[in-house]
Amino acid sequence: MTNPKRLLSSQTPDFDWYRKRLFVSACIVLPVFAALFFRLLYLQIIEGDYFKQLSENNCIRIQNFDSPRGLIFDRNGVLLVDNQPSYDAGLVLKDAKPLGQALQHLATYLDLSEDEIEQTIERKKSLAALKPITIKENISRNLLGFLEANRYDIPGLVVDVRLKRRYVYADTTAHILGYLGEVSSAELAGERFMAYRRGDIVGKYGIERSYEDILKGVRGGRQIVVDARGRLSTVLDTIASVPGSNLFLSIDATLQQKAESLLSGTVGAVVAIEPFSGKVLAMVSSPSFDPNHFIDGMSREQWEQLSKNRQRPLENKAIQAEYPPASTYKIVTAIAGLEEGVIDEKTTFNCPGYLKFGDRDYRCWRKGGHGTVNVIRALAESCDVFFYQTGLRLGVDRLATYAKAFGLGAPSGIHLDGEASGLIPTSSWKKKKTGVPWQMGETLSIAIGQGYNMVTPLQNALVIAAIANGGYLMTPVLVERIESPEGDILEETRSAVKGKMAISAKTLGLVQKGLWEAVNGPSGTARLARLDNIGVAGKTGTAQVFSRKSSGSDEERRALHLRSHAWFVAYAPFSSPKIAVSVIVEHGEHGASAAAPIAAEMIKTYLETSVGKAIIDEAKQQG
Amino acid sequence: MIDRRLVQHFDWVLLVGLVLLIMVGLTTLYSATSVGKVGVVSNIFYKQLSWYGVGWIVLIVVLFFDYRKSESYAYWLYVGIVLMLVGVLIAGRHVAGARRWLGLGPIAFQPSEMMKIVIILALSKFYSKRVSIHGLGIRDIWPAILMTAIPFGLILKQPDLGTGLILVLIASSMTLLARVKKGVLLALCLTGLVVLPAGWLVLKEYQRQRIVTFLSPERDPLGAGYHIIQSKIAVGSGQLVGKGFMKGTQNVLSFLPEQHTDFIFSVLAEDWGLIGSFIVLLLFLSVIVWSLNIGHQCRDAYGIFVIYGISSLFFWEVSINVAMVMGMVPVVGIPLPFVSYGGTAVLVMMTSMGLLMNISMRRFLFE
Repeated sequence: MTNPKRLLSSQTPDFDWYRKRLFVSACIVLPVFAALFFRLLYLQIIEGDYFKQLSENNCIRIQNFDSPRGLIFDRNGVLLVDNQPSYDAGLVLKDAKPLGQALQHLATYLDLSEDEIEQTIERKKSLAALKPITIKENISRNLLGFLEANRYDIPGLVVDVRLKRRYVYADTTAHILGYLGEVSSAELAGERFMAYRRGDIVGKYGIERSYEDILKGVRGGRQIVVDARGRLSTVLDTIASVPGSNLFLSIDATLQQKAESLLSGTVGAVVAIEPFSGKVLAMVSSPSFDPNHFIDGMSREQWEQLSKNRQRPLENKAIQAEYPPASTYKIVTAIAGLEEGVIDEKTTFNCPGYLKFGDRDYRCWRKGGHGTVNVIRALAESCDVFFYQTGLRLGVDRLATYAKAFGLGAPSGIHLDGEASGLIPTSSWKKKKTGVPWQMGETLSIAIGQGYNMVTPLQNALVIAAIANGGYLMTPVLVERIESPEGDILEETRSAVKGKMAISAKTLGLVQKGLWEAVNGPSGTARLARLDNIGVAGKTGTAQVFSRKSSGSDEERRALHLRSHAWFVAYAPFSSPKIAVSVIVEHGEHGASAAAPIAAEMIKTYLETSVGKAIIDEAKQQG
Repeated sequence: MIDRRLVQHFDWVLLVGLVLLIMVGLTTLYSATSVGKVGVVSNIFYKQLSWYGVGWIVLIVVLFFDYRKSESYAYWLYVGIVLMLVGVLIAGRHVAGARRWLGLGPIAFQPSEMMKIVIILALSKFYSKRVSIHGLGIRDIWPAILMTAIPFGLILKQPDLGTGLILVLIASSMTLLARVKKGVLLALCLTGLVVLPAGWLVLKEYQRQRIVTFLSPERDPLGAGYHIIQSKIAVGSGQLVGKGFMKGTQNVLSFLPEQHTDFIFSVLAEDWGLIGSFIVLLLFLSVIVWSLNIGHQCRDAYGIFVIYGISSLFFWEVSINVAMVMGMVPVVGIPLPFVSYGGTAVLVMMTSMGLLMNISMRRFLFE
């Protein structure tokens, strides 16, 4: 034990010093408490009457103003989403005295039974005593006027104006725009929604979700003094709400509607983009849903119908669904073959209708075979044997390198949640995944886009866009411009080039020629996409849901859900591409018959309306 | 065997003070949470009551251990709580945008509250070992600075500015008690002035917004500004004798935000008026001055630092909380000891009191 009485050295506690400090501390504590006491004296005695009066009226309350959410337009300024005022009649329980009388009047005016109102109140009573309980939403303007005129009959009545989101094009834009909903507990727990409160409405899906920060604005409110009947008498302090910014999408509403009508009745997706800018012109997933239903509230049956539907209406198939690319993938195989020098423009393979490899016959879609084909004809007529041969010479890993250069197997980076990445297999991927080494035979399937390959319709649109624009991989753009509510441009996207692929002009030229022949050649597979006066280049694809071997050859007799998916990717005009389209029709069987006409219609609509119109407008201005 | 002298020297004054404070706390909490309905007892009140039950056990356990033993494991406690604070950031429960709680089955506790007492023990050990009549230089005290900065940073990240602030205030007070060279003190103050603006640049926009609101609540009439207005009305309308137990209308009508935690003093002031609040303030003051007095008689440097740390904890929490409720200082989340609702806070307060009594009854053992 230390002996405090021993002589002080520089290393022992100096208790006198501590005692002095403790004393000084006491001398600091006293005046601080005196200050607190004087403050009490001031508030309770000098200002006491004033505060007493305020408390008796218990009159200072807070009213929140929601900020108007930003509007969303298409590229031509066509309104896609706006806000409509909705009037809600509510009751502040504390002010509603006598309650019986208030309820009676309220029931008469709102055309509800007193029981119903009491039930509503019972359900929502746990809210703070001063928060109005919403009794009836969305009352008419007539009723609103009537209530205002008769509000003396109903103490505690509050009519709230709420801005309700309205999706002008309903189903047509649902997957792009998304919808709103109440912020969830899980969201509140995360950092992104830190500033939100329970009950706040936030974007749950689509643009509404990914641009939440920009669309939201800043909530406002005011401190008000109310009288004994709960009516406003003075405003103490107001903070104006700040509306959210407006978005101008790259979408063309006309084309979007066209795409929806073309897909109507089918399950599938269409993506159209500007090849040189990466701007998405249209993106439709079918079947769709009406986001307005999310605003008004859905019945349980309605929700189950949406969420349990086997056609998955809530899924944005353009970015979330993965399909085997089928023959559209031959574009990638052709480019890889040409660039790696395993084939050139003069290389020909003989197609007798199958390729014997190992102990198995790998068949071409044309039973009789294509005879001797070069790369251009192989693309035009989609000869499987040619690409089996090319694939064998390349090997799966070299092929995968090119596929990945086209952005396949990874999310494209479109600013929407839930984008799928697709899958591009490599030998090491398979070894890791299954433990079994890669089989050469599997390379044959991969080379014609079957097997493990998976792409999204958007990724396929970017592949064809890259062929059209000379080898540039684009990041898809959905939002062209962000404007402040006053109309100042806050942000603008002209184009988003992700990278230039190392593909020679010669290679691109050969592939483009093949795709042109597919649509315009004498025996091309995509002749249904041909348009008068507009040069279209494209590639069909038929993605097997089951392999040909196991499912037999008679496709007509197969159950619908076993039928192949129909693909078509195309761009036009051939000489100066303005639009690239990717179409998938689930179980549509043949790309040529089910998907190609849809793509052709899209191209025609776009070139004849938007671009054509712009050229005419320009000519008019100059003239 | 219990030394008979320990019983003889038991600090009855502290015990009476503690019992009175707990009574004030429970009645006020009862009034604050029952929302004007007599006979309706809230869950919160029962929870607090049971925390006090546990608190008494903790206090008795603390009493029986010689406080000097706590010196040997002060650093381990410190490391343990720091790890818990890290745990809070990784796996803590989110409540209203902040992660402050660690869940242990059905019980959630706040390591940041525990840090208040643990930093006192750790700094006491540190400073009592490193005294010098010539004063400590910067090279002597940098570990203490680091020891404060680590939990401060972790707590700020939760974010909980109020608790972080209390830690810094306690540490600063204890540093002032240790003899530090004047030049070092000056340098520390200057560093603070430089670091603050630098920290501002590092913050994210929403964090800056919070601090702006924190510094001038009138800029936030819908949040902190509203709380202050309501709180001032509650305090002021209590007038001389108050509206009476559970008669406070501001409180009853749930005008007051978080009336059972940080703003509980306004309930007390509304119910009991100037006389009641004055008596309660006096009670707090007596406990603080009495503790300083115990320190005055203590012969052991570690004990003096612990006492001083606990007294400063009480002093800063009471004065800042009460000043905040009356609109004298910005609104920060600092509870009123023994009165505000909070399980971990109750245990920390009971431990503190236990330590004070412990030191008080052993102060004569040196003679």
